[in-house]
Amino acid sequence: MMKRRTLAALAAFGAFTLGTLSPQAMAQAPGKTLRMVAHADLKIIDPTFTTAYISRNFGYMVYDTLFSQDASGKPQPQMVEKYSQSDDHKQWTFTLRPGLKFSDDSAVTSADAIASLQRWTSRDSFGRAMVAGGVEWKAVDPRTFTMTLAQPFSMVLDALAKPSGYPAFVLPERLAKLPTTSPINESLGSGPFIFKRDEWVPGNKAVFVRNPQYVPRTEAPSGLAGSKASKFDRVEWLYLPDSNSSVAALQRGEVDYIESVPPDYIAPLRANKDIKVGSGGSFQAFLVLNHLHPPFNNIKARQAFQAAVNQEKFLAAMGYPPDMRMAYCHTFFICGSPNDTAAGSQAWAKPDLAKAKALLAESGYKGEKVVILVPTDITYHNGSALMAAQTLRSIGMNVDTQSMDWASVTARRAKKEAPSAGGWNVYVTVAGEFDANSPVTNAYLSPACGNSLPGWPCDKQLDELRTAWLQSANATERKQRLDAFQARAFEAVPYINAGQYSMAYAARTNIKGLDKLWGGMPLVWMLDK
Amino acid sequence: MGYILRRLVATLPVMAVVAIVVFLLIHLSPGDPAALIAGDLATEEDIRNLRETLGLNQPIWQQFMIWIGKLATGDLGTSIFTQVPVTTLLGQRIEPTLSIALVTMLITVVLAIPLGTLAAYRAGSLIDRLVMIFAVLAFSVPAFLVGYLLIYGFAIRLPWFPVQGYVGFSEGAGPWLRSIVLPCVNLALVYIALITRMTRATVLEVLHEDYIRTARAKGLGVLSVLLHALRNAAVPIATTVGMGIALLIGGVVVTETVFAIPGAGRLVVDSVQRHDYPVIQSVLLLSAGVYVIINLLIDLSYRLFDPRIQY
Repeated sequence: MMKRRTLAALAAFGAFTLGTLSPQAMAQAPGKTLRMVAHADLKIIDPTFTTAYISRNFGYMVYDTLFSQDASGKPQPQMVEKYSQSDDHKQWTFTLRPGLKFSDDSAVTSADAIASLQRWTSRDSFGRAMVAGGVEWKAVDPRTFTMTLAQPFSMVLDALAKPSGYPAFVLPERLAKLPTTSPINESLGSGPFIFKRDEWVPGNKAVFVRNPQYVPRTEAPSGLAGSKASKFDRVEWLYLPDSNSSVAALQRGEVDYIESVPPDYIAPLRANKDIKVGSGGSFQAFLVLNHLHPPFNNIKARQAFQAAVNQEKFLAAMGYPPDMRMAYCHTFFICGSPNDTAAGSQAWAKPDLAKAKALLAESGYKGEKVVILVPTDITYHNGSALMAAQTLRSIGMNVDTQSMDWASVTARRAKKEAPSAGGWNVYVTVAGEFDANSPVTNAYLSPACGNSLPGWPCDKQLDELRTAWLQSANATERKQRLDAFQARAFEAVPYINAGQYSMAYAARTNIKGLDKLWGGMPLVWMLDK
Repeated sequence: MGYILRRLVATLPVMAVVAIVVFLLIHLSPGDPAALIAGDLATEEDIRNLRETLGLNQPIWQQFMIWIGKLATGDLGTSIFTQVPVTTLLGQRIEPTLSIALVTMLITVVLAIPLGTLAAYRAGSLIDRLVMIFAVLAFSVPAFLVGYLLIYGFAIRLPWFPVQGYVGFSEGAGPWLRSIVLPCVNLALVYIALITRMTRATVLEVLHEDYIRTARAKGLGVLSVLLHALRNAAVPIATTVGMGIALLIGGVVVTETVFAIPGAGRLVVDSVQRHDYPVIQSVLLLSAGVYVIINLLIDLSYRLFDPRIQY
């Protein structure tokens, strides 16, 4: 009798356990939820402090900007209702849209905008250029403020609508005035979502819910501009460190969307009829050279390396399929972007080992060891670094590949010591289109001599040409100066463009709006299901 | 009681050594968390300022004293990346880690001890060989491969369990159990292999003892004899089970990664990768504490199985 009762209890428990659990019943919150696998773990919730893309994406979820680029790359008013400028472009007046509120129900005011812009100008390259131009801000009333420049600066709207690096997010004045020496540990924005800090599990999950205080624009969404009204009540960013598991979760329908699919999973996912694989955003592979030490302190040695680079081979080594990579991109400023130009590229378009060897001989290279930092934990960086080693060997250089994790690369690259004393000669990285597409936003073309960027590039001509480009009076002049800048960049070789590719995303076929994603960013307000 | 107190006091120097070694290993390894936090486009000045703010520019001994001082007041510190207190991070990880450790051990004990006993009782038979083949296979196949096979078989082909993620017990026993079945089976396979072999060996040894022969001669049934033998073989089995629990609580990175379980192992590995000093130091120190306590509990459990043991 006892045995029967035990069996009955076990059967009841089993029925309860399994019966309550269809796959769909797994932890679904009420309302419409988007579950996406983010490209990285969210660690820092202050997008004004770090240029990490995951923190930038967090910024676009929680905060809003005064201006934003639309899908054609043109700056459009976002939090701003109207603006005006004087004929000499030195005096600007901005008026915020009525009714804008932070998620705690407090009004967004001119004071918030000014404090946020001051914080932004202390960190961003465009912002610093504006400071150099003598920028001053002044509140006129709670919704109106002015900006005065001592010198004309024709790219004010481009700067305020900058999509990446440090976008000019608007924070409450209280947060914006906190010291910029460490990240802000609180998030309070007027953007489309509220960050659920109580549900945040670093290393696993970040949760956002729709911000009821968000006031969308009436225009349709386009790029980062227009309405950001979300169709989802809740968005979960999952961090799944194992790519097999994230792909299996997508196949199973446990997640709706993978923001960035590793290259080796693209082909199998394309074969699955329930999944759509697309490409979004343009990325550039960078070969960063140390300009302080031989051999790459010599311009001829840098040119030799540039002459030997075969972009297609680099991208193939990184794992990207032919339809997601370009055979050759002739510009430092992203092929297909508004600043696309072929100026100065002709002499370097085809890899030429004979020319590379001749240039290397001219540089007086004496067979010094070239230390390449090879990250082992990021597969595409690993492929690119190994390709760099092979390229240098092919022109007769003495290469020393040193393997380490990416964290160690970031520490090592800051060392100015000689390569034989713990320094380095070459490391690889990548940048999204918005962090490469102009002389000011491109990390390795923007810093002037005396900069502290690892590699420490310095070319006085580039500095002069950059300043001239920033001070261009009109679009024609700006284009001419951009061409001159790029032509000089190909001669001076501050870094080497190792090719352009697109990032792959994957989503369940029931996800709509994927075609509207822009710039390789997970703009979830574009999506529905 | 005196024994327990003496053992607890004896843990203090162990923990002190662990604290010093962990601190030095972490701080002397290459890598700069400030550079990682500041990002690719940060200037040297940004990184220098951040190092100053985080207190990373202070001499190592000073940083050690600050950490120890905070520990003494129960403050485990704050993650330098997420700015989340280490206690909160640990709190988020304890439930999944404990759930997986306990369920894994439950599955293991329920299956491994009868299997090992059966193999010992039928030593040399087909059953014994099958059990041993299973044990060798479960030991030899890498955990990540078993994990992928389980996902393919029981989450994709037969959609019975989720591929990834952990559901808290507060969301219902069903969802909770369902979310941990595959990771627990994945982990249990290794422990079943280990404890099955351990049980077989010890029971086999006991079955050859004179008192077992006497018991059989007196006409005791098979089950009674085996239970009698098991009790006498329990000390090494309890030791292995206890150490298994300690290892599981310490974190099982591969399984946690494959099934995306936010457990203690992942917390440690993620923190090591980004040089999040306060998290690594505190979690490793607490793990050492768990080991020490579980060792003590194992020692105390010996008396339950063998009253002849005195402390």
